Amino acid sequence: MSQATLRIQKMSAHAGSIPGEDTQRLPTVAKLIDTTTCIGCKACEVACMEWNDLPFGKTVFDNSYQTMPDTRWNYWNLILFNEHERENGDMMLLMRKHQCMHCAEPGCLEACPADGAIVQYTNGVVDFQQDHCIGCGYCITGCPFNVPKLNSVTKRVYKCTLCTDRISEGLEPACIKSCPTGCLHFGTKEDMLQLAGERATQLRDHFGYDKAGVYDPPGVGGTGVIYVLHDASKPELYGGLPSNPSIPLAVKFWKKPLKWLGNLAIVGGLVGLFVHYLRFGPKPREDQDTTGVQP
Amino acid sequence: MTHLEQMVPHGHVLRYTFRERLNHWVAAGSYLYLMLTGLAFWSPWLFWIAAIFGGGPVSRMLHPWVGLIFTGAVTYMFGMWHKQMRFTEVDRQWWKSLHYYITNEDDKMPPAGRYNAGQKLLFWSFFFGALVLFLSGLVLWFTDYLPWSLRWLRYIAVILHPAAALVTIGNFMIHVYMGVFAERGAFGSVIRGDVSMAFAKRYHPGWYEEIVGTDTQK
Repeated sequence: MSQATLRIQKMSAHAGSIPGEDTQRLPTVAKLIDTTTCIGCKACEVACMEWNDLPFGKTVFDNSYQTMPDTRWNYWNLILFNEHERENGDMMLLMRKHQCMHCAEPGCLEACPADGAIVQYTNGVVDFQQDHCIGCGYCITGCPFNVPKLNSVTKRVYKCTLCTDRISEGLEPACIKSCPTGCLHFGTKEDMLQLAGERATQLRDHFGYDKAGVYDPPGVGGTGVIYVLHDASKPELYGGLPSNPSIPLAVKFWKKPLKWLGNLAIVGGLVGLFVHYLRFGPKPREDQDTTGVQP
Repeated sequence: MTHLEQMVPHGHVLRYTFRERLNHWVAAGSYLYLMLTGLAFWSPWLFWIAAIFGGGPVSRMLHPWVGLIFTGAVTYMFGMWHKQMRFTEVDRQWWKSLHYYITNEDDKMPPAGRYNAGQKLLFWSFFFGALVLFLSGLVLWFTDYLPWSLRWLRYIAVILHPAAALVTIGNFMIHVYMGVFAERGAFGSVIRGDVSMAFAKRYHPGWYEEIVGTDTQK
């Protein structure tokens, strides 16, 4: 639901200007997830459900520690587990807290056809407005991270709100609050990037993770959730995190060239037919017979 | 149907049977709804159209069901007309003379049969358009049931669905223009079923010959 204290800088399928565009200067916020200090305790999963008052559903056991295979419309925060064998034969349990990435250039918002159903606040948070949602599922197609989930009964999509109701009041998101190891941080994007960079350097210099790095994919303009990974060259190992995500080409093509081509063709066609009528008019009346047959 | 049965009083001839007319209007009505709600989802500047049809969620919910009606109507139409819609040698010449048709010099056109080449093109574009719209529409209807590994189906569908719709919209505009504004007598024929003999001879000489050629009551 929309937060009155936060103004909107991007809005889905909105004709005309955005009401809150350039009226407020807020620092872009970000969540930092340090996968190297995550212990997979799932406190963040519980905190997310508690704060957002999400109903409990059945969990699915699939021979792993993971709560269920994928997030659900009412389960926005899920730690993905991967038992990974390193090159030297050591086993590693890779754990990544998966939720909406709050892209700077959100594919969901780009794909959405409903006016104001997806908004991006001036602090960078991408939020679904269920009261404007029409349930088409185009956001599912637009998202490169497989985040939006449709409630098949109410026909509305849901996802992590980055606890907009908390952060607009100066609190950190519920998941951050609950993390016992301090692997989750929240602050301005600038601060989080610096913190993440320092941690990655530490991992490279002192812990032998030569490829440690920060995940802040430029293909979607950077994200509001950034990761520190032991091996930033293979983000796929962390529950299929895409190495170079971007808004799907099909969605870009559909929303830009195809749309303009289509609009041009429709308007051009209407004008063309009208001009044809002005120039040539209708075909002769039936009684103006030139064929020699009586009408 | 024998030739005699096609004759109706006052020098008129039956062009479309009740079955054909009803089918046409089921297809037309459902298509109109699909096009308008589809345009609402196509452009933010047209989203207000959805409000006319009960709002965005209602339009999104009904659009696929009406799509099934349209698909059914087009399938029935295919069964009824596809044999008459085969392109012939006359049609090839008809295309070459298209400029005469556009400038309303119909007497210089090759003799079209019951359907001229343009009408046949309309039929086939709607048939294949409906096929593509139906298949891509199924993907968009059940988009949330598709697993992440099959997401490429969604990518194809979001391109094909509007692209096919645009092709049908182009044909639809010309079809309505011809039937309602340009060709007097055409609109009445798909409501009441009959056209004048003059209409038949002017626009469909081949068909006219077929009807009266062997008929003693011409």
